[in-house]
Amino acid sequence: MHPFTYVAPRTLDEAVAVLEQHGERARPFAGGTDVLVQLRGGRFDLDAIVDLKGVPEATTLDLNGSLRIGAAVPCYRIYEDSAVAAAFPGLIDAASLIGGIQIQSRASLGGNLCNASPSADGICPLIVHSTVAVVQGPQGERRVPVEEFCTAPGANVLGRGELLVALEVPAPDKGFGAAYQRFIPRNEMDIAVAGVASALTLGEDGATIASGRIALAAVGPTPLFAAKASAFLAGKPATPETFAEAGEIASTEATPIGDMRGTAEHRIELVKVLTRRTLAIALGRAQSNR
Amino acid sequence: MTQQETPVRKVPVACTLNGQETEFLAAPYQSLLEALREVVGLTGTKEGCNDGNCGACTVSLDGRIVDSCLVLAAEVDGKSVDTIEGMAPPHGLHPLQQAFLEEAALQCGICTPGFLVAARALLEREPHPDEHRIRLWLAGNLCRCTGYDKIVRAVQSAADKT
Repeated sequence: MHPFTYVAPRTLDEAVAVLEQHGERARPFAGGTDVLVQLRGGRFDLDAIVDLKGVPEATTLDLNGSLRIGAAVPCYRIYEDSAVAAAFPGLIDAASLIGGIQIQSRASLGGNLCNASPSADGICPLIVHSTVAVVQGPQGERRVPVEEFCTAPGANVLGRGELLVALEVPAPDKGFGAAYQRFIPRNEMDIAVAGVASALTLGEDGATIASGRIALAAVGPTPLFAAKASAFLAGKPATPETFAEAGEIASTEATPIGDMRGTAEHRIELVKVLTRRTLAIALGRAQSNR
Repeated sequence: MTQQETPVRKVPVACTLNGQETEFLAAPYQSLLEALREVVGLTGTKEGCNDGNCGACTVSLDGRIVDSCLVLAAEVDGKSVDTIEGMAPPHGLHPLQQAFLEEAALQCGICTPGFLVAARALLEREPHPDEHRIRLWLAGNLCRCTGYDKIVRAVQSAADKT
């Protein structure tokens, strides 16, 4: 492994300055659960690691109706915060199943997003929550919807000197519910063959879907926002028939490959099943949130 | 980790290691696992996969279990690290260690320090976990010898005695 220096900035400006100076030869560092593995595997070399865990904006978890998750906040802080867990169960679905306990002590949803794996468990729940990624760089701050953040497997929108500071999750509307499920052949500690996050908001009558969002993992080059299936949900009755049809539509938006984890055909079927199931869970959560 | 020429300077690390104030020098790219074993000389923490899958290198960092292969030594400056070496009291064994012996919860032993450190963290939080909870908590620790049943029984046995 190429030797690198360890930089622990105390402010965002310092972090941006180091990243800008080194360009592609430096990376922000939170839990290290992806970047250290990739460095050892020889995927790329770095001259500097920029640890964000001393930067306040990247390490705060702030619930105030909406939820701001610092990019370096580890998973356990999200699911062990009882107020956050009660308000955002759809995010907890993912934060509590990424890796094992040791990984959850370190891995962050921000890092999961920046790593831009197509099979990332954390990204689809953020998408269906309409989460915005707050990016800081040499030109200041910019805000990117999470569904536009990943550009290809392992690639994201961050430019030279830019880093992800935080994830801003809007306050859930009354009647909102969300859920995430993945399929793996084991009980835990595995990479999704396919994953689906769904969210819906019930209308005034409590029986009609006012709006919905569906996102798909491990069935395309990036986690995908299923725009057609999401649009289909608006105005439909919140019934198993609607959920099944949404699953059929979502499966037409998936572009899976076949690999060691599963065939493309299997993944298409999984999208249908997981869409149905996550919408049903989201409905239950929406009903208890009215 | 390959030892190339080192243009990067070593960094001083001061941490509380098994309750003792400890200082050492580490290369900035060195893992906590490597520093513990090769700089500090505490070889109880084992290297298994070196990529965060097996849990053999589990240590406690500020009270949370982590894979020390995925922590940089430089990061633990100012923090508290607890390894398997700090587990037993001065005379005798920790109840979990005793239970692992009595239940024959190890064969080759490479995974054992990681299992013990992880299991201790569980029992400190939840003194009486059920079998499902134990298996879920220990999912990040792999054992290729025992088939896990004896490990789970040992943790249950230690929990019953405390």
